[in-house]
Amino acid sequence: MQLTDSQDIFAPRSDVWAALLSADVLKECVPGCTEMAGNPTDGFEATVVQKVGPVKATFKGAVSLTDRIEGQSLTLSGEGKGGAAGFAKGGAKVRLDDIEGGTRLSYDVEAHVGGKLAQLGSRIIDGFAKKMADDFFTRFKAAVEGPDAVADAAEPEAKKGWLGRVFGKSEPKSET
Amino acid sequence: MPKDHGIGASIKRREDVRFLTGTGNYTDDINIRGQAHVYFLRSDVAHGRLNKVDTTAASAMPGVIRIFTGADFAGVGGLPCGWQVTDRFGVAMKEPGHPVLAQGKVRHVGDPIAAIVAETLEQARDAAEAIGLDIEELPAVVDMKAAIKDGSALVHDEIGSNLCYDWGFVEDNKAAVDAAIKGAAHVTTLELVNNRLIANPMEPRVAVGDYHRATDESTLYTTSQNPHVIRLLMGAFVLGIPEHKLRVVSPDVGGGFGTKIFHYAEEAFCTFAARKLNRPVKWTSSRSEAFMSDAHGRDHVTKIELALDADHNFVAIRTETYANMGAYLSTFAPSVPTWLHGTLMAGNYKTPHIYVNVKAVFTNTVPVDAYRGAGRPEATYQLERVIDKAARELGVDPIALRRQNFVREFPYQTPVAVVYDTGNYDATMDKLIEMADMAGFPARRAASEAKGRLRGLGVNCYIEACGIAPSNLVGQLGARAGLYESATVRVNATGGIVVMTGSHSHGQGHETAFPQVIAEMLGVDESLVEIVHGDTARGPMGMGTYGSRSLAVGGSAMVRAAEKVLNKAKKIAAHLMEASDQDIEIKDGRFHVAGTDKSVAWGDITLAAYVPHNYPLEDLEPGLEETAFYDPSNFTYPAGAYACEVELDPDTGRVTIERFAAADDFGNIINPMIVSGQVHGGIAQGIGQALLEGAVYDDNGQLLTGSYMDYAMPRATDVPFYSVDHSCVTPCTHNPLGVKGCGEAGAIGSPPAVINAVLDAMNSGGIKIDHIDMPVSPARVWAAIQTAKA
Repeated sequence: MQLTDSQDIFAPRSDVWAALLSADVLKECVPGCTEMAGNPTDGFEATVVQKVGPVKATFKGAVSLTDRIEGQSLTLSGEGKGGAAGFAKGGAKVRLDDIEGGTRLSYDVEAHVGGKLAQLGSRIIDGFAKKMADDFFTRFKAAVEGPDAVADAAEPEAKKGWLGRVFGKSEPKSET
Repeated sequence: MPKDHGIGASIKRREDVRFLTGTGNYTDDINIRGQAHVYFLRSDVAHGRLNKVDTTAASAMPGVIRIFTGADFAGVGGLPCGWQVTDRFGVAMKEPGHPVLAQGKVRHVGDPIAAIVAETLEQARDAAEAIGLDIEELPAVVDMKAAIKDGSALVHDEIGSNLCYDWGFVEDNKAAVDAAIKGAAHVTTLELVNNRLIANPMEPRVAVGDYHRATDESTLYTTSQNPHVIRLLMGAFVLGIPEHKLRVVSPDVGGGFGTKIFHYAEEAFCTFAARKLNRPVKWTSSRSEAFMSDAHGRDHVTKIELALDADHNFVAIRTETYANMGAYLSTFAPSVPTWLHGTLMAGNYKTPHIYVNVKAVFTNTVPVDAYRGAGRPEATYQLERVIDKAARELGVDPIALRRQNFVREFPYQTPVAVVYDTGNYDATMDKLIEMADMAGFPARRAASEAKGRLRGLGVNCYIEACGIAPSNLVGQLGARAGLYESATVRVNATGGIVVMTGSHSHGQGHETAFPQVIAEMLGVDESLVEIVHGDTARGPMGMGTYGSRSLAVGGSAMVRAAEKVLNKAKKIAAHLMEASDQDIEIKDGRFHVAGTDKSVAWGDITLAAYVPHNYPLEDLEPGLEETAFYDPSNFTYPAGAYACEVELDPDTGRVTIERFAAADDFGNIINPMIVSGQVHGGIAQGIGQALLEGAVYDDNGQLLTGSYMDYAMPRATDVPFYSVDHSCVTPCTHNPLGVKGCGEAGAIGSPPAVINAVLDAMNSGGIKIDHIDMPVSPARVWAAIQTAKA
C-alpha cells in the first residue's frame, strides 16, 4: 500500500530535522513502540507491539535512515519481524519545506506485510497502515511543537472518522 | 414402487450413522502412546535464498526432541511427480526437484523450512520462534505472462526459465485449425480467467508416522484419498521403504475434493522422523496452514476462439491457456491442464478442427493440482462461455446454437483424441427445459423487473471424461502409474461378505452403494456386506478415488471379483444338490436347480466352502474368496445440461441464485439419493467458484486470502434448492455396470451456467457487456455496470 500526505508543523525546520533523528522522539511517536535505541548513523533498533485485525504481535526490527540531505529530506525504512505473525516492512520518504510560521513535512509511505499478517489482515492493512502513519506524524507534530500545541493537533474534526462525518452528530449504527 | 433393495434403491447411507453422531474415526482421532508432535516452520516470504537456518537456541528449548531442516533430507528423495507431459516440440517437461524441507531457497509462502519435533505442539511452536533465519528475499514471480518473459526472476534457477512446458494438442492439427479460423464466416474470441481455488475440505490434513524397530515396519496414518498410491510414491521415491515394510492407513477422511490425492511433504516427514526418532510423530494442519500448503486448484488464463460458418456450424476452436503450476510440481499437476483439459475441448459438439495450446508456468505460489473436476471445469467453462458469446453476437438462441452442433452419432471420435462411447445430449437438454420451467421465465423476469431487479437465465452443456483410466493409454500420455482398480470379495463361513476395495470413500457413500451391487449379484441382503477400504494392509492394490472413478473402475473390479465368487458358489451349490452348475439360478435369495423345487440357502454354500465335509475337493479349493483387477478400456463420458437463473440488483451488484436445474446422464444409477447428493455438493462448489471463491496473491507473492475472512466459501444461504435429474440414461458401453460416474459433474457444469445467467441479466437491462470474470462479487458486478454505463 502507498500513501502520500503532509503535516504542517509550527516549528523551525532545524527543530523538525533534529527531532526526526532522535531515538527518543521516534520512540514517543511510533505507535506501540516499547523500545527504541540507536542513532541516525548506525540506525535504530525498535520493538513495537501492535494489533492488526486479529493478529497481535511484538515486532522487533531495525530502522535505518538513508538518502539524508541535511535539513531537507531523508528516507526512513524498516522491517519488523513478528515471529509467527509474519512481518511488516516499509519506508517513508520525508521532505521538509519552509512555510509561514513553520515547516511542512511531506511524506510518501509504502508498506508491505507478509505471512500471517497478509493472510489474515490484508483487508484491513491499508487502513491500518494509514492510521499508523497518521498517528505517527500527528504525535510527531505534537512532540516537536511542544505540550501546548497538543490540543490543537488533535482537533475534533481530524479525530472524527468517516462515519462521524457522514452522519454528523447523529449516533452511527453499530457495525460488526 | 421404487426399489428398496439392490441396484437402483435409494438406501440411506450407513456411514452417516457414525458421521452424524460424532463417532467417526478420523486421522486426528488417532493418538499413539508416546507420540511426539511436529510443527513446521514455514516461509513467510514468497521467494528467497535460504542462507542460514540456525536451530541452536531452539534445540535447547523445553520439550524439543529434535529439529530437522533441509540438510537432514540431503540423501532422501524429493516428492515425485506422477505425470510427465511432453511438450509440442517433443521435449519432456521441466521437472525441478521438490524437497521435503526447503533446500537452498524458499519458493512460496508456506514452504516448510524446518520441522520441530517436541513433546507437545505448544513446545514445538515456541521453539519455532527461536529459530534464526537468514533469508535473502528475491523478487517474487506471481504473474504467469510476466514469468515467462526474458529477465523474470526464476523460481527454479537450475531449469533456466519459469516455463514447465508449452503443450500443443493436437500439434499436427494446428495448421488446419489456423486455416479454418482464417476462412470462417464468424469468429468469436473470448479472454477469461479461471480463478484459483482452495479446496477447503472440512477436515484439514493430518499425518501420524509410526515405527516398530523390532519388525522394521513403518505405518503412516494420513488423510489421503488413495493410501496405496501414497505407499508407492513415498516408499519407492522418497524414503526407500519397500511396500511390505510400509503400511498406509487412511481412516475416515472428511472430504478430499482432489486436494488429498497428492503426496505431501508432511506425510513423508512424519514417516521419516518416526524412524529416526523411534517414536510416533504427529502433525495436524491448522486451517491457516491448509490455506498455504494444500494444493490449490484451477488458475488458468485463457484465450479461446470459436469459428463458425455462415450457417452457424462450429468449424474450429483454438485456445491458448496459461496454467499456473505454483512453485513445485504437485503429484498430478502436469496432467490437469493437458490430458484432463485439452481432451475435453470438443464438449458436446461436432467441431472438426480443434487446437489447444497450454503453457504451464512456475510461480512463487502454492502448488496447483487437481480440484473437483480437474481440467474439465476449465475446458467446459471456456467452451460454454464462448458459445454463449457467439450466440449473442449472432443474435441466435443459445440453446438452438448448441443443439445445432450436438454430437448425435456414437461412438464419436473427437479431434482431441478421445472417443465418446455413448450419449444423448438432446434428451438431457429436453429434460432441462422442462425442469427449469423455461416457459415461465419471461413472467419471472417481469416480476423481478417490477422490483427493480434484473433476471437472467444461463444454460450450458458439459461433458467430462471419467472412470480414469485405461492404463496403456495413460502410459503413452505420460502417466507414471496404472489406473486400474482392484477388489477382493471375501465370503465368510456363515455367509457374511467383506469387500476390500482400493477405492477410498471420503464422503461418497461407497459403504452403502457398493453393497447394493453385491446384494443384487449374489441375492443377499445388503446388511451381510461390509466394505473395507483405506488400509494397505487390509486390501489389495488400489489406485484411489478421484476423477469420478470409484464405481466405474473400483465398482467394476468388485463386480469381476463377485462374478468369480458367484461362479464358485454355483459349483458348490450344484455339488450339494447333485446338479450341474449350469442349471443353478438365484431366486428369492436361494440357489435353485432350475425347473425343480430343490434349493440351498446362501449360508449352506458358504458353510460348505469352509467346512468342506461334503465338498468336491478334487475339483474345487475350499474357501470362498476372490480378487479381481479391472482396467477400463475407455474413459466414461457423463454429460448433461444445466440451467441457472439469477436475480441481480443493479444498484448494489449483488447476484442471487434463484433457481438451478441439472439434467445429467450418468449411465446406470446404483443409489439415486447418493447421486443427487453428489450433484448437490458439486453445484455448491461450482456456485462457490462463480460467485464467491478466489485465492488472491499480491505482487510480492503474499497470499491475501488466508482465512475465511477473505476466502469466501458458499454457505447454505448462497445456494438455492436444486432441481436435479438423472433419468436420462445411456449406459456406459464398456464397463459391466454401465455406469459413468457422478462425483465431479456438478462442479464442472455449474460455473458457466451461473456466469451465462449473470450476463443475460445484465444485457437484459441494457448493460451491454460480453464477459465478466469469476467470482462475480457485488463489487465486480457493480464496477462492470458502471463501466458499461460510462
